[in-house]
Amino acid sequence: MSSKNKEWQPAKKSNFKRHIGQYWQIYLMLVIPVVYYVIFRYIPMFGNIIAFRRYRAGASIFGSEWSGLKYFKQFIGDKSFWRAFKNTLTLNITYLLFRFPLTLIFALLINEIRNIHWKKFVQTVSYLPHFISMVIVCGMIKELVSAGGPINSLLASIGVAKVTFLSVPKWFPAIFTISGVWQSMGWGTILYLAAMANINPSLYEAAAVDGAGHFQRVWHITIPSILPTITTLLILDIGGLVGSGGAFEKVFLLYNPMIYDSADIVSTYVYRMGIGSGNYSYATAVGLFEGLINLTLLTIANFTSRKLTDSSLF
Amino acid sequence: MEKKSFISRLKERRGAIGGGSKATPLKVRENTGYKVFLVFNAIIMGLVAVATLYPFLYLVSQSFSSSTALTEGHTGIIPKGFNIDTYKTVLTQGDFLNYYKNTIIYAIVGTLASLITSSILAYPLSKKNLKVTRILTPFIIFTMYFGGGLIPNYVLVIRLGLKNTMGAFILPMMISTYYVLLMKSFFAGTPKDLEEAGELDGLSKFGVFWRIALPLSKPIMATMTLFYAVMYWNNWYQAFLYLRKEKWPVAYYLQTIIRGSAAAGDQDQQKVASNVRSCSMVLTVLPIILVYPFIQKYYVQGMMLGGVKE
Repeated sequence: MSSKNKEWQPAKKSNFKRHIGQYWQIYLMLVIPVVYYVIFRYIPMFGNIIAFRRYRAGASIFGSEWSGLKYFKQFIGDKSFWRAFKNTLTLNITYLLFRFPLTLIFALLINEIRNIHWKKFVQTVSYLPHFISMVIVCGMIKELVSAGGPINSLLASIGVAKVTFLSVPKWFPAIFTISGVWQSMGWGTILYLAAMANINPSLYEAAAVDGAGHFQRVWHITIPSILPTITTLLILDIGGLVGSGGAFEKVFLLYNPMIYDSADIVSTYVYRMGIGSGNYSYATAVGLFEGLINLTLLTIANFTSRKLTDSSLF
Repeated sequence: MEKKSFISRLKERRGAIGGGSKATPLKVRENTGYKVFLVFNAIIMGLVAVATLYPFLYLVSQSFSSSTALTEGHTGIIPKGFNIDTYKTVLTQGDFLNYYKNTIIYAIVGTLASLITSSILAYPLSKKNLKVTRILTPFIIFTMYFGGGLIPNYVLVIRLGLKNTMGAFILPMMISTYYVLLMKSFFAGTPKDLEEAGELDGLSKFGVFWRIALPLSKPIMATMTLFYAVMYWNNWYQAFLYLRKEKWPVAYYLQTIIRGSAAAGDQDQQKVASNVRSCSMVLTVLPIILVYPFIQKYYVQGMMLGGVKE
């Protein structure tokens, strides 16, 4: 912008007019989306202010009167909040520890399939769960683990007593993780496969000429070539560990008071406190706290990713 | 040069992802270890495919089995006492079709609204010479990382008077920033010379978008249609927060019958209802299962586009 205009100041205004004259239709196109973002994204963002103000139902969405840090002090001293915070971290970390390596291995194995039709079939099937509503995923989980379901009848056939999986806290992390891997493993391979498809075939040929076996080629060429993708995805996943946005639906649809000890996460806690019991300001304070930690972690992750691999999200 | 490499890169990827395994030169002689690996790999992939499909097959089996078989504890993936009575009941009695109709309406209206608003945002953002994009891009990206959270969003929808309207279902998720960025990457690959030629032929800036950029963007539009339609089809949460019974989409209706039967407690009672539940779930996922494989090459391409950093 500046370099051109500095040399020729007087023309600035007419340049601007010409620019608008040329592009007004494009600017007009932007009006609706920008208004949308202001109303549905930025107003709620500023609506977080009710964490610091008392909110009365029916009053302004920005609250009624200042209450300072009252609500923050309340939840910091609340055991249920810390239980939810701990569960969020535990569930996210367990899930990441399984999902991440399994997705990578799955991508490497798909890449080794040589029959085109078989490869396409495996990919198509593995993408399917990604498109299924969480309601149905959770409905399936409930059917599968129910008292008369296939898992319990399998257990019965080997002489093990029935387990009420969704009523015992210790089973929840396993249910959450296994179903999560089932849902996301196939879809997660897309970026890896794209990175692998970008590897120059002559590298493999050269390695083969040098006498490298198949596994050596995978180890010395494929893996190093997709390392930037691996690093970026891992760092960004780590950045999202405190967020419970993605887990909300599944936990909400599966949990019950009997398993709050291992299943209640921050966002479900926010829901119960806020919309469930009407403590809007308190719940907003909790949500804001989590949102800010999340934002900080993501920023650090993004910065690290940019330093290490030259790729970042923003 | 830049443009050409972009398109050829896409083509290369499509070819490679679609099947052709360029990465494996055929000339190389294979040793026994590798052959053993190939066998194991085929077995593992087969197991993954079975494990992925099993829950669906189980639901289908339950939905076609007789109530008696289910009460006796049938859990196989082959229906026992095959019948289609459950389907008849679900489709003729009760409100299932009504909720299904609601879902279809929400999906069509919502997807159209989303496609229009997302593309008129993504197209200008793809123009690097447009100075406003320098402010606008961070403006929309920031919302991916920080937002209002549950309560402020809830209060907003209530205060806008949207409760129990279609707007409450569609508006809160109408524009997905992530999808806008995918579209933006695609639009950025529209050949400049074609756009310029269009302008020389007397097309306005909007005309270039409508007559040139959009028709060239069928792959990304197909992808976005699928993604947005699936998003609306699957959504239950907005309905749960804001809609009364007669406006529920089928996803939320399903949630209520799943929850209801779990609450019922008595095991036999639950098992009888199980074929109705399974049948409703099968009918709800069916359209998605029928559609998604056919646009696979488009959305795989679209997703990869998102992985390309500029």
